[in-house]
Amino acid sequence: MVLVLALGDLHIPHRAPDLPPKFKSMLVPGKIQHIICTGNLCIKEVHDYLRTVCPDLHITQGEYDEETRYPETKTLTIGQFKLGICHGHQVIPWGDLDSLAMLQRKLDVDILVTGHTHQFKAYKHEAGVVINPGSATGAHSSITYDVNPSFVLMDIDGLRVVVYVYELIDGEVKVDKIDFKKTTATAPSAH
Amino acid sequence: MDAVEFVLQNFTEMNKLWIRMQHQVCWNTSVLTCMAPENLHATKVKMNREGMIFWPCRCSSACDTFILFGDPELRTSFGLSGLQGPVRVEEKLEKERSELRDLVGKNLHVLSQIEGIDLEMYKDNVLPRILEQVVDCKDELAQYYLMECIIQVFPDEYHLQTLETLLGACPLLQPTVDIKTVLSQLMERLSNYAASSAEVLPEFLQVEAFSKLSNAIGKVIEAQVDMPIVGVITLYVSLLTFTLHVHPDRLDYVDQVLGACVKKLSGKAKLEDSKATKQVVALLSAPLEKFNEIVTALTLSNYPRVMDHLDSETNKVMAMVIIQSIMKNNTCVSTADQVEVLFELIKGLIKDLDGTHGDELDDEDFKEEQNSVARLIHMLYHDEPEEMLQIICLVRKHIMTGGPKRLPFTVPSLVFSSLKLVRRLQGQDGDVVGEETIETLSSVPSPELALRLYLQCAEAANDCDLEPVAYEFFTQAFVLYEEEVTDSKAQVTAIHLIIGTLQRMNVFGVENRDTLTHKATGYSAKLLKKPDQCRAVYACSHLFWVDDQDGIKDGERVLLCLKRSLRIANAAQQMANVTRGSSGPVILFVEILNKYLYFFEKGNPQITSAAIQDLVELIRTEMQSDTTTPDPASDPFFASTLRYIQFQKQKSGAMGEKYDPIKV
Repeated sequence: MVLVLALGDLHIPHRAPDLPPKFKSMLVPGKIQHIICTGNLCIKEVHDYLRTVCPDLHITQGEYDEETRYPETKTLTIGQFKLGICHGHQVIPWGDLDSLAMLQRKLDVDILVTGHTHQFKAYKHEAGVVINPGSATGAHSSITYDVNPSFVLMDIDGLRVVVYVYELIDGEVKVDKIDFKKTTATAPSAH
Repeated sequence: MDAVEFVLQNFTEMNKLWIRMQHQVCWNTSVLTCMAPENLHATKVKMNREGMIFWPCRCSSACDTFILFGDPELRTSFGLSGLQGPVRVEEKLEKERSELRDLVGKNLHVLSQIEGIDLEMYKDNVLPRILEQVVDCKDELAQYYLMECIIQVFPDEYHLQTLETLLGACPLLQPTVDIKTVLSQLMERLSNYAASSAEVLPEFLQVEAFSKLSNAIGKVIEAQVDMPIVGVITLYVSLLTFTLHVHPDRLDYVDQVLGACVKKLSGKAKLEDSKATKQVVALLSAPLEKFNEIVTALTLSNYPRVMDHLDSETNKVMAMVIIQSIMKNNTCVSTADQVEVLFELIKGLIKDLDGTHGDELDDEDFKEEQNSVARLIHMLYHDEPEEMLQIICLVRKHIMTGGPKRLPFTVPSLVFSSLKLVRRLQGQDGDVVGEETIETLSSVPSPELALRLYLQCAEAANDCDLEPVAYEFFTQAFVLYEEEVTDSKAQVTAIHLIIGTLQRMNVFGVENRDTLTHKATGYSAKLLKKPDQCRAVYACSHLFWVDDQDGIKDGERVLLCLKRSLRIANAAQQMANVTRGSSGPVILFVEILNKYLYFFEKGNPQITSAAIQDLVELIRTEMQSDTTTPDPASDPFFASTLRYIQFQKQKSGAMGEKYDPIKV
């Protein structure tokens, strides 16, 4: 069982003052093995904070990340899964799942984690799964109205990944989960 | 003779003894050495028939003599022992003095333990007797020590009930006594007493503790004209802590204490003594810690006046403390008035105050400060749009005084706060906010950031159906792109942001849209590197096809874009064949193929299955060609694209039929 935290689009300090206190109290150091961040932190303090939650931190460059040169895309392997990260402002039309599927094929990954729209999505297509963890701070978005703070926790176990999405709605944390299973050769299928 | 009287007498005499001893130069050590506290135990004391009390002598030679207790002459002889030099005598003397001092204090402790003494007796007999001795002995050291003892040894309730008497003794003490420390200790004890249980609080009100202490402090400060400023502030810190514990609801008391400080500080230059500065910071931090609602502290009229007396460095430190308090307590500052006071308090962070130079500041610290201000802006919020608009205008007024160094940090927060409001207003006052925003953004000396903000504003204008405003924002964005964004990587990102935003616009009429898309495609084709050009141009294809109901669906122009990007990819291929080592742009062809498939599926009649087939063959040929440098990324990408085509072919219905002609 490997726990991977996926989050992004915090936009601190431009659009949000900080992570919601309820999220902060959940993100306890030592429980998570990897962090995947889609970008738009935007300052060093946020980077440092994430490192205290887990030192294995993978970040891609968002269009508001200043003074950093994170890569535009990144791929990594966790267990049986190949994961890809990209902020998403590079993929036009923004939030378009078919265009994101193309990026997934290009990166040749089972799970593509992407952001930019500030809206949680977990979408399964022929080549794999696209996950958008939304905005961890509920930051304002020109694309999505009424953004609720959200992040994703993936539990990778063999050929199976359970995606837990945590959303802060009206002051309460709500959790939902989706199962994905991978057949040995190629793409995962949804349950 | 009852026990109380005995101990009181004991105390008085020992005190006199101790004081006298302090002034003695040398002793015959064989006569009177130490008077250990254990000797107070009744069985060690002997009384003769006349009722005179004798202590056993405890000199080092363990003699059997007894010294008459209370004998003012002490019946000693002043001959120097030939065996001991003056230094050893002095050391021994010190030891004797300190032990005697402890003994004196122990008397008071015994008094506090005697069961028969109640509040009445303490008030009427015990305390006045003790204080009489304290005042009469006129010895600075003894007075300080004894006041401390009284405060520590007797219960707090007693102190409360005898406050007037106790405080009344203070002005009667020697002027050199450190009375402020004594008073601070008393207030600290009483503060802790108040904190221990809510039930004792009414007592404080009943005895009017605050006004008594306040007056006493005022008198002491007045009397001791030479008291250094750090001493004055320390006293007020103790009083303030006391007030916050005992009367947390009396903001007027708190303000009064601050006001007294202001009075003492005014007329003087800004504080330079670091200890005093620390105390002022403690003074200002105390209300913040107590009041979870920072806005309560904001209503204290003397608060900003105290801050004005800090040097600029400390002023900023204090401003940060205030901001951190707001952040920690998740406070929402919600009225324009409160915002005004708040920004007045943190003005040291907002702009360069007179006499300060912005460049002196450490880079990291400066960033931290400005980011704190940026975060603070999001804590200012009101439900009513009208009030919120006022708040935003106020914030804007203040941060615009910050100068070019600060604007890149603070303006984005302001802009996003405004955009949130615009969404709530949905069109009303939109052009006013728009104009002002352009003015604000044009002063931000960070073109890439300003460009992004212009695009955000364009989207907001789009949502409000304000075509001219949206067009103006795009114009400004393009101006920045043309004139200020020079780094090639930055250009790639910037053009994608422009294309992505433009793709979402539905407010533009044909003419405006055409002008903007023409510009976007033009700049895309002019990017520095061919692969970047190729990608930006095929991204532009989406400008001509929007999936919405009323969205534009111009199949021809889509195809034109895709063909143009193909040409660029070809040119890149030629170049790669000529220059050695560059990773083959075959991957570009695969990307373009994917775009063909995208529009094919969307039903663009200009994209034919034949065209797709040709592209597939082209890629195959390129990949198998000798001149191509093998690219580890293109192969799996092409493979999964082919898999996708296969997958679509196997679908039933219209999709399967569509894909049927394509052979992979």
